[in-house]
Parts: sequence; structure tokens; C-alpha cells
Amino acid sequence: MTDAQINDDQGTKADAQEQAILSAECVCKEFAVKGKPPVQALQDISLHALKGRVTGLVGADGAGKTTLIRIAAGLLVPTSGRVTLLGLDSVADSLEIQSRIGYMPQKFGLYQDLTVIENMELYADLQGVPGAERAHRYDRLLSMTDLAKYTKRRAGALSGGMKQKLGLACALIKSPELLLLDEPTVGVDPISRRELWKIVYELVEQDNIGVFVSTAYLDEAERCSYVLVLHQGKLLAEGNPESFTGRMKDRVSLVVPAQADRPRQIYTRLVGSRGIVDATIRSGRVRVVREDTSETQLAAALDGMHAKIEPAEPNFEDAFMALIPQTEGHFQVGRGEGEGAGKMQGSNDDIVVNTRELCKLFGDFQAVKKLSFSVNRGEIFGLLGPNGAGKSTTFRMLCGLLPATSGEISVAGHNLLRSGAKARARLGYMAQQFSLYGQLSTLENLSFFGKVYGLSGKRLKQRINWAFDEFGLGQWRDKAAFALPGGYKQRLAMAAALLHEPDILFLDEPTSGVDPFARREFWLRINSFAEQGVTVVVTTHFMEEAEYCDRMLIMSQGETLAMGTPAEIRDLVRSPQNPRPTMDDAFIGLAEGTVDKASIAAGTAGNEEMAQGDLS
Amino acid sequence: MILFLMRMRGILKKEALQILRDPSSIALALVMPLLLLFIFGYGVNLDAEHVPIAIVSDDRGEMAQDLIARFELSPHFELYQVKNELEAESLILSRDVDAIVRLQDDFSSQLLRGEQAPVQLIVNGIDANRARLIQGYVRNIVSNWSRMRQERGEAGAGPPVSVSQRIWFNEGAESRNFMIPGLITLIMTLIGILLTALVIAREWERGTMEAMLVTPLRRVDILLGKIIPYYILGMLGMGMSVVVAVTVFQVPFRGSITALLLLSSLFMLASLGFGLLLSAAIRIQFVAAQISIVAGFLPAFFLSGLIFDLDSTPPVIQIVSHIVPAKYFVTISHTLFMAGDIWSVLLPNGLVLAAMAVIFLGLAYRKISKRLEG
Amino acid sequence: MQALRRILALVIKEFVTILKDPKSRFVIIGPPIIQFFVFGYAATYDLENVRYAVFDESRSVLSRQLLSKVEGAGMFRLSGYLDDDKQLTESINSEEARLVIHIGPEFEKKLRSSQPVEVQVIADGRNPNVALIALGYFGTIVEQFNRELMQQGVVQRDGPALQLVERSWFNGNLRSRWFIVSALGGIISMVVVIILTSLSVSREREFGTFDQLLVAPFTPLEILIGKSLPGIVFGMLDALIFSAGAVYWFSVPFRGTVTALVVALLCFLITIVGVGLLVSSLSMTMQQGLLGSFLFIMPAVTLSGLATPIENMPLWLQRADLINPVQYIIIALRNIFLEGADLSMTWPYLWPLLLIASVTLPLSAWLFRHRAV
Repeated sequence: MTDAQINDDQGTKADAQEQAILSAECVCKEFAVKGKPPVQALQDISLHALKGRVTGLVGADGAGKTTLIRIAAGLLVPTSGRVTLLGLDSVADSLEIQSRIGYMPQKFGLYQDLTVIENMELYADLQGVPGAERAHRYDRLLSMTDLAKYTKRRAGALSGGMKQKLGLACALIKSPELLLLDEPTVGVDPISRRELWKIVYELVEQDNIGVFVSTAYLDEAERCSYVLVLHQGKLLAEGNPESFTGRMKDRVSLVVPAQADRPRQIYTRLVGSRGIVDATIRSGRVRVVREDTSETQLAAALDGMHAKIEPAEPNFEDAFMALIPQTEGHFQVGRGEGEGAGKMQGSNDDIVVNTRELCKLFGDFQAVKKLSFSVNRGEIFGLLGPNGAGKSTTFRMLCGLLPATSGEISVAGHNLLRSGAKARARLGYMAQQFSLYGQLSTLENLSFFGKVYGLSGKRLKQRINWAFDEFGLGQWRDKAAFALPGGYKQRLAMAAALLHEPDILFLDEPTSGVDPFARREFWLRINSFAEQGVTVVVTTHFMEEAEYCDRMLIMSQGETLAMGTPAEIRDLVRSPQNPRPTMDDAFIGLAEGTVDKASIAAGTAGNEEMAQGDLS
Repeated sequence: MILFLMRMRGILKKEALQILRDPSSIALALVMPLLLLFIFGYGVNLDAEHVPIAIVSDDRGEMAQDLIARFELSPHFELYQVKNELEAESLILSRDVDAIVRLQDDFSSQLLRGEQAPVQLIVNGIDANRARLIQGYVRNIVSNWSRMRQERGEAGAGPPVSVSQRIWFNEGAESRNFMIPGLITLIMTLIGILLTALVIAREWERGTMEAMLVTPLRRVDILLGKIIPYYILGMLGMGMSVVVAVTVFQVPFRGSITALLLLSSLFMLASLGFGLLLSAAIRIQFVAAQISIVAGFLPAFFLSGLIFDLDSTPPVIQIVSHIVPAKYFVTISHTLFMAGDIWSVLLPNGLVLAAMAVIFLGLAYRKISKRLEG
Repeated sequence: MQALRRILALVIKEFVTILKDPKSRFVIIGPPIIQFFVFGYAATYDLENVRYAVFDESRSVLSRQLLSKVEGAGMFRLSGYLDDDKQLTESINSEEARLVIHIGPEFEKKLRSSQPVEVQVIADGRNPNVALIALGYFGTIVEQFNRELMQQGVVQRDGPALQLVERSWFNGNLRSRWFIVSALGGIISMVVVIILTSLSVSREREFGTFDQLLVAPFTPLEILIGKSLPGIVFGMLDALIFSAGAVYWFSVPFRGTVTALVVALLCFLITIVGVGLLVSSLSMTMQQGLLGSFLFIMPAVTLSGLATPIENMPLWLQRADLINPVQYIIIALRNIFLEGADLSMTWPYLWPLLLIASVTLPLSAWLFRHRAV
């Protein structure tokens, strides 16, 4: 299934090389590791990027994208091979290259204590921008990035999206000929993401610069003129986006659930079944990528469920999923009895989390204003919103990490303010970044958390064995947790949270910075746990993940923007121009205020039916 | 050239703003020095003043009373009159007195008869230094009294050989004049090594270094961009300390300002070089901080002659102290404050500091790299 | 029961973390050993190698007799002979000699004719402590010389002489090293404990694992106990090792009881752990934790009486120093080692420590949760 060059016209290739603004020839990069064989970050990479185009470097975490970009920027030296930019060698002429390109590292690299304008002036000084030109350049950059109102604000006080825009502005301070961007949109809210891309296109159009950008967001690959796919240090495929999607013709379907079924059930059924390469939930339907052009296997898998199969236009993500060899064992949804993630007790009508008029004040600043909502047993409940909306604050209050200023919270039947410890014993918590003890081994971490939550002796052993089986952690039993590969770190964190069979699982942005495969697997697991009776409360800024939730709450500036099922919320922004809105659209519409919140109250129950019948 | 100046302006402005806006830098550079000055100025004192001493004597004779009066008059001692030896001993055990002077009952009559009369001194030896000082004071009182009697013709010949002593540069033998100039060395070390050990490592950890490296910035620029602001900060710290020393603590300053500026600059540069070397080589703040304390601050405190006299330490220690920059500046500092511009001391020490500055700064320059892998 | 299991799990986790992390392992062993030896040897007020110069205008038998006593005294080291006043000045100025002995030309003549004579000594005041003590030594040498002269019959003894008989308790040879080294065990273990505990919470905050602890069903008291124990254990280990080191390596006498030693160290370490946790709870990053520890250690050690006496401090500072835990352990240690104190005699210095601990420990426990911003 793996292809080499898709674009194999020799003539076009030769032309491309002449206009190449960046090219790599047989580049290899090795990193030495103490006491172990060296890590091969890049293996024999040869590629070009052209002037006046946006070239995208796509790949999972650890594919080698950042390494390649850093070599191009002159920050690393290739073990063998060479990278040429603007006709200059990246090692020998790095100083000259650095005066002609702009670079944005993955982690925000500006000075938090300096204001927006001070940061820009610093880069102007470093790049030698003549004084006379500065006013004009600042104006243009500030208006492009919409930061003109914030020139005096400290960079540390900007939101995630604004920080990235500032980083871009500083990289552009001297009208570079080439722009190197390392995952510029990671962790940024959807509105800012769109704005960043708008800026990039403007630059390419107006100034004819070349842009070489790496991203883990597969939908962004479609915005590039040319895409290079990296996987585990090797160049797997390259071509323009159409060539990728072209190969997927007739291999993608949408499965529309019958009214009574939730898409989740179909999704769980389809994942891992024969002939299915990939399945995700999008806009209330299950999007399926098939191995071949025949629908028979799909129909067979859906036997018994009332669902309609519709063809769909393939996109880049589909092609990508089909391209990457699946080496990790496919996660099978556990259906057996015995050990599981949660105890099946109580009915679906039980309320496990309840808040009433919840408020949080930081000094004078109202972070959360009179929030009231409840979560039922077995639900997957999402807390969504841009950074600064108050969702993290709310989340921390629910877990007992932050005392509320006023209002009531009850979790698992206990009032959090009065019997905090009892409430906390019934919940499981998974933090945003890996926050288990890196030095301790997998087994030691699990033992610790087990004991802390009251497990001991035989019971503890049983649960630890369950964790090893369920999450495939047995092979890493005695390995120090920090040495685990990224995906397994996540699994360990989840295992630790579920060891004591909690009533509720709290997940704080569990998939930020995680590659598409791990994300899919994660949601599969969450789904199966929910089926087993565990209630899940999750925060995320990936809007498409909101689809996996049963109900969600979208927050902005401490208040509720909207609350309801994914279908209900999407319907809020449905319009003749946009009959089939995505969650992204819904969020943007709500946040920009183009949708009236009163629509929620107007009753949206009937809209789901309308959506299904509407095929245009 | 213009581009160079522009780059420097950018970096220096950035560094200055960061220092001003970072509370921990201000704490280290201003608050700590003031704290240290006051602790040392008021709290650290090796002199023995108002030493509580018990005198045991039942002798009502004139000689005895006269001698006892000498003790009373002395500013070094505070008298406790006790009835008997037992009481005195319990006082020394309970730490209420540090020494006992005992005259026998027939002290005066013995002297009148022309016999030898012993004066017994018992001192609490736990603090050996203090004990020695006390012994010295008592000895002085006794021998001065002897001489006075001799001059009055009451006694026969006094001791054949007596000592006339003079103490140069610090007539009152005040330990404050010794401690505080040494302390200024410590303060400059705080800024020069401790603070700078963090600054480069911090940029690596926060990711600001990576973005800056992909610009026309050169290694020399990076180094200068760190040296200049912290040099200024260190000199300000030094200036402030000297002013406090002279005005608040009345420490004399007999040298020239030129010599002070020149030599303290050399010391500052040597310390900065060391700190920046640590920072550039160790890109992790936590580790750099620890090493700067163990290899920079502690030697400056214990191995520089700041408190403990180096000549009295074993040879190994003395050898190690030769690579501690603070040692040389402590010597320079003592001379500048108490003695003046004595070049036979200032020059050799200054030259060593200059050499250290060149070496450390050179090594730091080598260690600064525009590549991530260093 | 549950609570005990939780605490035990936390304690085990702390121990394993400290022992597995090469950085922490280093902090416990490396610097303390270096510090023990370096400061044990460097920290001394006993004088040796005091450089002195001689300006002997008399060059007589008697003057040489006096000078040979000086040379034979051990702590002086001859740096040279001077010929005139200018050389004398230069010799002191350039620090070639710290002491100059100036014997006048009529030295022997006067003595043999039973006239009193003066010897002039000039000391470099730049190090006043050394100056005073060197002068003191010299004074004793002169006294001995005087006695010798009388015994030899060189001088006619006429009239009484005062004889100063000196004795020093507890430290017969007046070794200042004992004074400092006996306390080193407490000081060095304190530095280790503070750094360990102050980093323990701030490291967890920085890496995000502290949230995990707060979400778990721990009460603040349980977290407190779990975080304190490793510090106390390692501190105790270090302190006992260095106390043994003081006795066996530096030959400091141990005249007290082991019980008193252990109890005193325990009380001290509990207090110090409280301080470390307090610093840790107030810091959000490891850097702040380190800085905070430093801000405590500096004044605490300087004003503890370790190197300079507390009695010399102005009254207001002495009163403020009452809340300095280090001063108590230093006095306690010295009493135990050098004065043979037992538990009852040490107790007056221990209850202030427990008092301080009773404030710092609960405060840190409260801050765990309330500083979780």
C-alpha cells in the first residue's frame, strides 16, 4: 500500500528542482542515546519545496517533521546528505540563510515578559530592518494578525492563538523569501487557525514567498499546494492533495444511523471489522474508509442495524489513514464479562455530576459565572470552548482541585465542598500532559495509584492484571514511565485513572498533541468504557471530537454559550448556505455571535429528523 | 557595523526589560545584597565586647580592689561579682559568664611582701577563638596594671621585656571593617555567578533561544548581550554595597575610586565568565543553579578568606583556593578599604583576575553555539 | 486503615523517586561529602603559618634568644629579615608579613643592666582577628622569655611579679575546629533536607503530578506526612554519618549521650522539613523553590552562631534570631559533643524547635490546596 512518488513525470520534476526554494538530498539524521542504539530520526529524505507555494509536511508525532525543519533552519546538522535553501547550504551558509528566512518553532519562542510591540522591535533589530521601513511593516503585520489593539500587552498574557500570530509576525518582520513553520496551529482554537492560514495565503499571493509548513492536522494538508508525507523518518508519499484523494475514489462511505440509534453504536460495531480501514464520527454520521471499492463487507458488518450507506467525497485524512501501515495491534472493543472499566450499577437516569449556580472569582475577575448543568450516568459529556473561556477552571472545580467561590457541586452523590475526600475517591482523573511519575516503572505507578485509591492485596493484583491486558502495558511492566512511547504513556495514565473502577472519569484535554491514530484509539476506548457504565467528562478544543460526546457544554467568557447534543448544537448554525455544518462551524458561529442563543430554547428536537432527510 | 549595533540594541533592550520585569532577578540582585549587608553588618561580629566575666576574690586589700577596678573599667568586660568559686563555676556552666578570674585571699598581702601572686584565669574553651581573644584582653589588663604599678614606684622592677603593640590600618581591630569589604565580594559573586548561571539556561528551557538563533545573531552578540547588562547590574550592586558600608557601617575607604572601579570590573568579568560558562554548557536551569551554588557561591564564602583565614588551612585547601576568583578580590577589597592604593598588593591580584576573566569568557564563547546540539 | 495504606504508598513512592532520580541521589551524597571535608578543614580560627618579619637592630645573643622562641612557637613562619623602616612599612603594606617585630639597638645592653626594655610589634589590622590573636600569642612568648631571663639570672629579679595562670575548659587545646565541626552534621544535613523537601512539592507542581495527589483521596495531613518522612530519614542518615565523621575523622570528642544526639537531631529535622515544605508550597516552580531555600539558608546559617557568636549581635537582632531553628541545634550539638550534655540538659533547646515546627507544618498543609492556582 505504500507508494513512492505519485508525481512521476520526470520533466515536471526537473523544472521543479530549478525553482526549488528548499531541497533536501538524501538527508539522514541520527540522534545518539545514552546506552542504546542511536535513534534514526530521518532516513534518506529527498524532497523540494517551490517558490510561491505552500508545501506541507504531514506526519504523526515522531515522524521527523520538526527534525527536518530544524535542519533547514540551521539549528541541526544532518548526519549525512544536505539541505539547500535559496541555493545556499544549510550548514555552511546558515548565517546568511538566517537573514533571509523566517522561522517559527513549535513551542512559542517569544519573550513572555515583553509586550507585543517590544517583541516585534527585537526581531526588527536582530534582522536589521532599516528604521525608515519599520512603521510600514509594523502596520501591515499588525493588521494582518489583528493585533493592532494589543501592542502594549505582554506576550505572556495573550491567548494561544494570538501568541502564534505574534510568532508569525516576528518571523515575517523582514519580508523573508522563505517561511519555515513548525506546527504553527497546534493547540490553537479553530477561529485562530483559520486566521493563521488566511495570513499565510495572503503572503504567498502578495509577496510570492515560499512556505514550508509542518502539521499534524490532516485537514490542513488539503490547504497546501503540495504535500509530503513523513512516517517514522521516511518519506512515504508526495504529491498535490488531489493526487492523494484521487486514489481514494469510491472507497469512502457515510453511514447514516437510523433515528433511534446513536452513531456511537454503529461506530463501535464497525471499527476493526473486516475490510474497514478507518471509521470516525462526523456530523452525526459514521465516516468509513474501505479497503477496496466494494461495499459488501461494509453492508455485512452493518447487518441488523438500520442504517443507510451513502457515498462520500474522499478527503486527505482518508488517504492518509489508508496510506500509513498499521503496525500497532488494533484495539478490539472488549465485550466480555468480568473485569471492566466500571461497575454497572444504577440506571442511566442517575445524575452523577450536578452543579448549580457555580461561580469562581479570581480577585475581581469572574472566571465562571453561575454555571448550572448536570451529567447522567454512562454519558460522555464534553466541556468545550476556546482558551480563557473558563472550561479549565470549571473542570478543576469539578475534580476538587480548585475551591468554588459560590454555588454547589455534587459529584458521585457527595457534596464536593463538604465531603471532598469521599467524592474524590469515586472519580478518576487524567491530566492534560502526562503527569504520572516518570521515574517510576509502569508497575510502580499502577501500584501507587491503586493503593492510594484503596485497593490492596488480591484485589489490587487483579486490577493491575486487568490494566496490563486491557491496555497492552504488560511489555512495559518494569520500564520507567518516561521512557514509554507517547501512545503508551497515555494508556498508562488512563489505566491509572480507571484502576479503582471510578464512577466518573475526568479527562483534561486528553488528546492535545496526540497523533491521529492514538486519538482514534483513545475515543474507541472511551466509548467502550462508557458502554460499561463509566461516566466520562472531557474537555477538548478539537471540535470534531465533540462528536463523540453524548452531550456537551460550550463555554465562552465564563458563561454557557450552548448546551445539548452534537446534533442540537450543529443545528443552531444550520442555514441554507450551510445545510450540513461541522462542529467547527458551530463553534465559530456561536463564538462570533452570529447565532442567537435563544434558538436553543426554541426547541431543536425536530431538527435531527430534518437533517437526515436532507441530502442535497 | 550598523547592523551589529542594531542587533546589540535589540538584545540589550530585551535583557534590560526582562530583568526589570522579573521579580526573582530583582530579588537576587538587590534584595539579597541588602539582606546580606544587614545580617553581616549587625549579626556577624568576631570581636569580644562586653564579655561577661566573674571575679572571685575575698581579698579586701587595696591591690586586689585596684586590679578588679581595671576589669570594671575595661570596655571588653562586664563584671559579675560572685561570692565563691562554686557560684562562679555554675555561672560558667550555665553560660552566664564566659570566664572566671580568681584572686587568692592573700593576693594583696603577697604582693606587698614581694612574693609572686598568681592570677588565675579560667575560660570556656568551646568557642576557641573567643577564648583566645578573652585571654588576650585579660593578659593586656594584667600587664598594663603591672606596668602602671611599676611607674608609680609601688612595685619593684616590672617585667624586663614589655611589648608595645600597634595595629595598622584598623586600629580598633574591628571585625566589621574586615567582614563587610569581604561581603561585597560575596555580593558580586551572587550576581556574577548565581544570576548569570540561570540566564542562558532559561532561554533554552523556555524556547526563546531557539527562535532567536534563526536570525543573523552571532555568537559574539549573544555573549555580549549577556555580559553587558549583568556587568552593569553587578557594578550597581557593588556601588550600593560600598555606599552602605561607608555610610551606615562606618567602614573606612582609603583607596581611590579609580582603583575600585578597575579592579572590581576585573572581578566582575571573571565571575560573569564563570557564570555564563555554566549557563551555556548546562542548558538546564535547575542543574546550573545547583552547580553554581556548590562551585561558585560556597567556595566564595568559605575558601576566599572572607571569614576563615586561608593561611591556617591545610595545604590542599590553600591550593584549591587559588582557583577561586573571590579569594583575590577579598584581598584587594581589604586593602582598598582599610589601607589604600597599595599596588604591591593590588597589582598581582588584579592580574590574576584579569587572566581568569579572559579564560572564563573565552571558554564561555566557545560553549555558546548556534546549533541545538551544542 | 485506609489512611495508613495511603500514607505508606506515598512514602514508598517518595523514596523510590528520590533514589531512582540520579539528580536527587547526587544531592544527597555528593555535595554533602565535599562540604563536610572542605569546611571541616577550611573552617578554623586556629592560626598557623602567620607570616612575620624581623627588624632586629640589636642582633644580640638575647635578641636572638627571643626570636628563636618565636620561631619555635609553631604558628609563626618567618618571612624575612628587614634592614630599615622603609622595608618594614613595605613588608606590612604588601602583606608579605602580618606581624613585624622591631627590636631596638639597645636591647641586650639595657636588659643586662636591669633596665626595662620595650619590643615593638606591628600587626596588619586588615584581618583584625588574626592580628589580635597573633599579638596575644606573641605576648605569651614574651612572658615566657621574661621568666627565662629571671631563671637564667640574666636579670635581677626585684619585686613581685604577676603570674597569669590560664586554663580553658572543655577544649583544652582551644581547637576551634571542634567548635565548628561538631555542628557541621546539623548544618549539612539541613541543607540537604531543605533542598530535597523544597523541591519535592514544587517539582510535582511543575510536572503536573501534584494535581494527581490533590485529586486523590488524600487529606492535606496525609500528604504532609508522606512528604516529610523521606526528608527526615535522609537528613537523619546524613547527620549521623557526619557526626560519626566528626568523631572519627576530625577527632572531635563525644562526651554526651547518643539518645540526646538522636532526639535533638530528630526535633531539628522535623522543624527543617516544615520550613522546606513551606517554601515548597509557596513556590510554583523548582527554580522558585531553590531560590526560596537559599533565602532561608543564608541568614539562618549566618546568624546561627556557627561561625560567629550570637552574643555579639545587637539585642534586637538576637531577639529576632529566636525564631531561627539553626541556632538551637548548634548549641545542642556543641553541648552534647563538648560538654557531655544528656537529654534533660538538651531539652531547653529542643522545645523551641518543636514550637516552630508546630507553626510551619500546619501552614504548609493548608497551603497545599490553597496555593493550587
